[in-house]
Amino acid sequence: MYFNKEIECMSRSEKEALQSERLVDVVKRVYDNVKMYRAKMDAIKLKPSDIKSIKDIYKLPYTVKQDLRDSYPFGMFAVPKRDIVRLHASSATTGKLTVVGYTKNDLDMWAECDARALVMAGATPDSTVHVAYGYGLFTGGLGMHYGTEKLGATVVPVSSGNTKRQLMLMKDFEADILCCTPSYAIFLAEEMEKEGYSLKDFNLKAGIFGAEAWTEEMRKTIENRLNIKAIDIYGLSEICGPGVACECSKQSGMHIQDDYFFPEIISTDTLEPLPIGEEGELVFTTLTKEGIPLIRYRTRDLCSLNDTPCACGRTSIKMNKVFARSDDMLIIRGVNVFPSQIESVLLSNPLASPHYHIVVDRVNNLDVLEIQVEMSEALFSDEVKTIENFKNKLAQDMASAISVSAKITLVSPHSIERSEGKAKRITDKRFVK
Amino acid sequence: MLVNQVAVFLENKQGRISDFCKALSSADINLITMSIADTTDFGILRAITDDNDKAIKVLKDAGFTVSSTDLLGIEVEDKPGGLADVLSTMDNAGINIEYLYSFVKKDGKAMILFKVANIDETIEICKNKHLKIIDTGISIK
Repeated sequence: MYFNKEIECMSRSEKEALQSERLVDVVKRVYDNVKMYRAKMDAIKLKPSDIKSIKDIYKLPYTVKQDLRDSYPFGMFAVPKRDIVRLHASSATTGKLTVVGYTKNDLDMWAECDARALVMAGATPDSTVHVAYGYGLFTGGLGMHYGTEKLGATVVPVSSGNTKRQLMLMKDFEADILCCTPSYAIFLAEEMEKEGYSLKDFNLKAGIFGAEAWTEEMRKTIENRLNIKAIDIYGLSEICGPGVACECSKQSGMHIQDDYFFPEIISTDTLEPLPIGEEGELVFTTLTKEGIPLIRYRTRDLCSLNDTPCACGRTSIKMNKVFARSDDMLIIRGVNVFPSQIESVLLSNPLASPHYHIVVDRVNNLDVLEIQVEMSEALFSDEVKTIENFKNKLAQDMASAISVSAKITLVSPHSIERSEGKAKRITDKRFVK
Repeated sequence: MLVNQVAVFLENKQGRISDFCKALSSADINLITMSIADTTDFGILRAITDDNDKAIKVLKDAGFTVSSTDLLGIEVEDKPGGLADVLSTMDNAGINIEYLYSFVKKDGKAMILFKVANIDETIEICKNKHLKIIDTGISIK
């Protein structure tokens, strides 16, 4: 089963011709409409006419997250604001968000990606898709939502939270496809048992899980406990959101929608492209996007590509699971968190010590964030309530800065390791590779 | 008219109270009384010693976060109702107590140490009610 067989099973040479045609077009569009790209290309004396096919992509300059921050909010849009019909945003280090604008065509392209992903997971137009990703500025919920509608299946836009109600609706509406984070899927399985449900009460066949790192062990746990096929999906809001790549039922790497997003793997040391199969940083060029086309965008995700033909018949290049980040960004319950955001909240509080340590763990299959802060003379009091007030205020300030709740733990002064070089600020106890 | 107290921060970790006592012992400081306020992830140890100034120095040197506070000390008879009478006086005067703890002195009288929001006002009230305020002669002032 394919959603778009003509594209998904296109021969590699036809695909290359399509990619070439689209690359030539997008390079011309960004050069004409985005100041930053014109400046970057002018600086290396590269003209749009120098890009004749996808083989010339290596001549183009990279784009990094900082470029998006520098152009906050709309500086990198390649169309007039009136053509933008939707905005999404994700957190960035400076407290400012990374803003992404979508035209009508962009939303249609994104929905197409997720419709293809749903079919890869086994959905049909008869399916009922339970979307438990958060709806909002975060792309997870709305991405899968429009993908389901594009497929012609029934979407249940339940969003996140209220697990008891989720279970009731999953049962009563007979959802066969579940979309959420993998840790929430395990949590749902546990709550099912607690609430006295049996697997027979549900009609689930597959789940599409993403927005956070997860292991093969977690996949086995989910598949055994929910008796479903657990499918891995990849995306980032800068490119479009979930659906940039997704596994098929063979579960042997995620098919990149490479008619829309051209992937490269580069060396983080030399920034030179690496041959297919080698591990390095994943880079994408959006070939059709109108709102905010990105040229050779460095995702900071480390993985490898795989171009061996897939038994499912799709011809797209696949990406293997992301095994690490090349920056210090943490993904906690699907939300991007940078240690520098935490640092800036601490620095803005006159009572807080700037010495901190971040501990990320997975407790009962949910990500938990703990921020250890050193006690200081300025903060200390002989009264508990004074210290508790400080902790509560800091926890509130953190939550509004990083959009994830954090437990604040006060530790002894000078107990956090001082380092002369790059401070080791993070202990991530979640198993990633 | 005050009793000086040393308070230290205790991270919720095994051995912290022992570290505190070792620091005092190494400087030959005697603990007169102490109390610990514990929360789920930290504690505050409050203590009266025979030399608070020295205690503050050695505790800081040992890496503790220290604060010095003046408490109101009231002497009562060590018998049933001794504390109840003082508390009802304070209650009637509308004094809000943050915390209190006590010890029995060598002369057999009980000493109650109070942390109150407005210490000067409380002293006036206690004087008017003829409560016996103890001045140890050491204070942060």
